[in-house]
Amino acid sequence: MFKSYAIALSIIAALVLQIMPMPHLADQFRPDWVLLVLCYWTLALPNRVNVGIGFLVGLVMDILLGTSLGIHSVAICLCLFVLAANYQRLRNYSVWQQSVVIGILAALYHVVVFWIQHLLTDVFFLFTYLWPVLTSMLIWPWLFLLLRKVRRQLRIS
Amino acid sequence: MNTIFTRGPSLQSRLALALIISVLLIFIDHKLNGFAAAKVYLNSLVSPIQYLATLPSQLLSASASRFTSHQKLLEENNQLNLQATRMSEKLQRFDLLKAENDRLRILLGTPVRPDSEKMIAELMAVDNNPFSHQIVVDKGAIHGVYQGQSVLDDNGIVGQIMEVGTTTSRLLLVADVTHAIPLRIARNNVQLVASGTGQLDELYLQHVPHSADIQVGDLLISSGLGNVFPEGYPTAKITSIVRDETRPFAQVRAKPVAQLDRIKYLLLLWPADAPQRPIFVSAQDV
Repeated sequence: MFKSYAIALSIIAALVLQIMPMPHLADQFRPDWVLLVLCYWTLALPNRVNVGIGFLVGLVMDILLGTSLGIHSVAICLCLFVLAANYQRLRNYSVWQQSVVIGILAALYHVVVFWIQHLLTDVFFLFTYLWPVLTSMLIWPWLFLLLRKVRRQLRIS
Repeated sequence: MNTIFTRGPSLQSRLALALIISVLLIFIDHKLNGFAAAKVYLNSLVSPIQYLATLPSQLLSASASRFTSHQKLLEENNQLNLQATRMSEKLQRFDLLKAENDRLRILLGTPVRPDSEKMIAELMAVDNNPFSHQIVVDKGAIHGVYQGQSVLDDNGIVGQIMEVGTTTSRLLLVADVTHAIPLRIARNNVQLVASGTGQLDELYLQHVPHSADIQVGDLLISSGLGNVFPEGYPTAKITSIVRDETRPFAQVRAKPVAQLDRIKYLLLLWPADAPQRPIFVSAQDV
């Protein structure tokens, strides 16, 4: 019962963490929970989680964050495509090497979101927008180990 | 394990499909505003996630209030009593002045300003999207909230309602880049427009002539032009003026008087000409 919903539950937990109210100072360091969880499932089970799920979760993110529908879907789809196309190679990397790749993807994610927002409205770039890249890189190894444990315990494939 | 290429369209075509749909959605949503009606349902759909996300902080504040000491409560009570006394003294004078003002306005033949109705709302979620400053509050369509409604905190104007859900609504702060608000200087009624800069503690005043009578520390109040915000609520204080003659306008910056980074309770306003009336669902809301 729990097994079949584990992926969905982990994504919902990530969405909750993504929008949880936090003090303004800590807010800018918030890791990209949703992107990280989706990245893990894409690496582990690319046949079940890939661009399609990323698109749907991106739409939910857009509704939750109040951005125009589709902005986060574009960014997430691009990141997940890179992972799903190279999953066999990336799986053989050590966790630390993976976290560098995840960092680059998170940077891509933020830059894509910024570009689209910049096209739509006149936002200008601040380097504080990129703090989540660093925190996502630091969180990735622990999240990876946690989700791998969940996946192996529940034997999801 | 079967690979991703065994069933369904290939990864590339999936990506292409997702990107095309996304771009279409962005275009329809942003340029044509085609989802305005659907947004109510979409917001209601995701509101369980928002309630889940606020649960820890609510539990924390509930347990914190349980452990508050007797001493502290007494102190706070004392302070509030003092404040209430001071406020009621001000209110007595205000009533007198209001009556006098109404009489004068009748003499002048201008319409008397009617009172607006109010409701307290509580913060539910702050968006961590760095490109836009929006928050979610716990009052929605069932409370009579409408799009474009103005929202205050205890110091001044916070923003306006952007999207309404069934039980929640989304608020655009005055500091957002896409937001602008008509203001006037309380001291001399000079009219200005303040737009958000994307920083919570800064507004930018557009098209201020070099010769304008404007000083650092001037209080800006809403002017009521544009029929979105009611007249006379404090909004910002001037923090810096750069009169560089090589530029067409003076560079004037202001700081919102509402504390946009520590919002907890907000006041929703229903002016007399609002399209809807407030609906008080529980006694707590009044």
